[in-house]
Amino acid sequence: MKKKKNVLPGFGLSMGITTLYLSLFILIPLSMIFIESSKLGWVDFWKVVTSERVVHAYKISFITAFAAALFNGVFGLLIAWVLVRYSFPGKRLIDGLIDLPFALPTAVAGIALTTLYAKDGWIGQWFSAIGIKISFTPIGITLALMFIGLPFVVRMVQPVLEGLEREVEEAASSLGATKGQIFRKIIFPEVLPALLAGFSLAFARGLGEYGSVVFIAGNMPMKTEIAPLMIMTKLEQFDYAGATAIAVVMLVVSFICLIFINFLQKWSQKHVLQEE
Amino acid sequence: MKNRVLFKGLVVIFSTLILLAACANKEASTGDKVEILNASYDPTRELYDEFNKEFAAYWQTEKGQKVVIKQSHGGSGSQARSVIDGLDADVVTLALAYDIDAIAEKKLIDEGWINRLEHNSAPYTSTIVFLVRKGNPKGIKDWDDLAKADVSVITPNPKASGGARWNYLAAWGYALEKFGGDNTKAKEFISSIYKNVEVLDSGARGSTTTFVEKGIGDVLITWENEALLALKEMKKNEFEVVAPSISILAEPSVAVVDKNVDRKGTREAAEAYLQFLYTDIGQEIAAKNYYRPRAEEIAAKYNSQFPEIKLFTIDEKFGSWQEAQETHFSDGGVFDSIYEQ
Repeated sequence: MKKKKNVLPGFGLSMGITTLYLSLFILIPLSMIFIESSKLGWVDFWKVVTSERVVHAYKISFITAFAAALFNGVFGLLIAWVLVRYSFPGKRLIDGLIDLPFALPTAVAGIALTTLYAKDGWIGQWFSAIGIKISFTPIGITLALMFIGLPFVVRMVQPVLEGLEREVEEAASSLGATKGQIFRKIIFPEVLPALLAGFSLAFARGLGEYGSVVFIAGNMPMKTEIAPLMIMTKLEQFDYAGATAIAVVMLVVSFICLIFINFLQKWSQKHVLQEE
Repeated sequence: MKNRVLFKGLVVIFSTLILLAACANKEASTGDKVEILNASYDPTRELYDEFNKEFAAYWQTEKGQKVVIKQSHGGSGSQARSVIDGLDADVVTLALAYDIDAIAEKKLIDEGWINRLEHNSAPYTSTIVFLVRKGNPKGIKDWDDLAKADVSVITPNPKASGGARWNYLAAWGYALEKFGGDNTKAKEFISSIYKNVEVLDSGARGSTTTFVEKGIGDVLITWENEALLALKEMKKNEFEVVAPSISILAEPSVAVVDKNVDRKGTREAAEAYLQFLYTDIGQEIAAKNYYRPRAEEIAAKYNSQFPEIKLFTIDEKFGSWQEAQETHFSDGGVFDSIYEQ
């Protein structure tokens, strides 16, 4: 058999390094989770992951992460739009600010947000005046996740918006398209795959977030406990197997979610563009 | 030729790794110098800063050997896990015996460690008290007041924080005393206290922040040494310490990690280090850092600092840590059932 010629050189070596790298830093550590949790046996595993409190914690984690990613999808798009399309004083500065949630230790973010949005806090007092509690409720958790997830969406969408050709919009406009039509039919379909990618990154990040959330959540059982806190709680009792059992469920469900979003992304790339 | 760039990149990466490894790999103890790692929990930072200097000086004059003591601080449970997972600690000085038991279970510390040193291997003690806002606006005097409907209580989650288990057990012990050992009534009492808890932080320092910095809650259930330190270091005039009539004798235990000291050849220094905690110098440093000393003379000297509270031990009321853990904090235990509808 003749060796197939590849256009790009070095496939063998770079693929080897990819496999090694992924194995050492992702696959083997992750498989440890499955090995550790398998010590439980099916019956106990099932008992741990379906206990009332743990199930409630999953719900809180998934719902708040989803809600936060949704908000970030909408407002991240808006922010990226403003940063790309308009010029105004201090634009560079604001552009730099977007990345701060990446750099800031999340515990610091959590403490700052909690203080601001507590019922006597600067912002929280206005909400508590109209009867809305933010810190120590799921709303607070969502808020913390919005904070840490925003850069993912903005940074995914921004380059795509920058790459859009104005000429296409101008052409559409000269053909009589309204502004709404231009956005719906030209800009949005182009941005959608990147938006979905940003959404899924923000969502995944939110699911695993611990540091900032524990401060703002209040950690009340059956109310505001998140799944990562349940894992920490198990570890605190030296229950390694139980902790990893919860992690396994998180991992599998997030993996399914991410694959689904990936699929959506592929689908949107193909179909939305060719609509009509 | 094509792969040269890639190859160079790899060389750089691997040499970086080797450098990193070299940094991590420090030499073990030699004849004229010994290094000890003390894995401790959070609120002992100030205590051991001071104590380590004294011990180093003592060891230098006594043995003519230079001793370098490294400190590691963190949550008591996570420190225990680090040691189990291979942190090279020579001694552990943790918040509760249960965490050291967990290390002993993995055969890193010999069984019966708790009887190796005096007083259950707890050279200093503390207890659980209340921190309230200036002037005590809710008039909090004892555990009963925490169960009242209009009081907001701050305490960490006992399942997520080892130190917080003392808080819970202190309240439980009081309830047992009050209701003549009736467990059902005690549980009702504890339930009404935890119903008043607005925020269950994941650790003791987190609760202190919630209460002191964020201004949430009427009363913080906390270790006495933390409360006294908070008074000294933070906004002195804004808080008061209230001592309940009955509380628990919190015994933060210490132990030499046998496996590690035998491998590193640091047993002698490590044992002397813990023994030194029991000397007058060690006891005085503990007292200065608001831990109750065991030595009576030192205790008498610092008498005014510590309010008089009737103290019970965990063994008296709960049998042992293992039993308390099993009944109250295991999954589906008493603490969980408080939150089930």
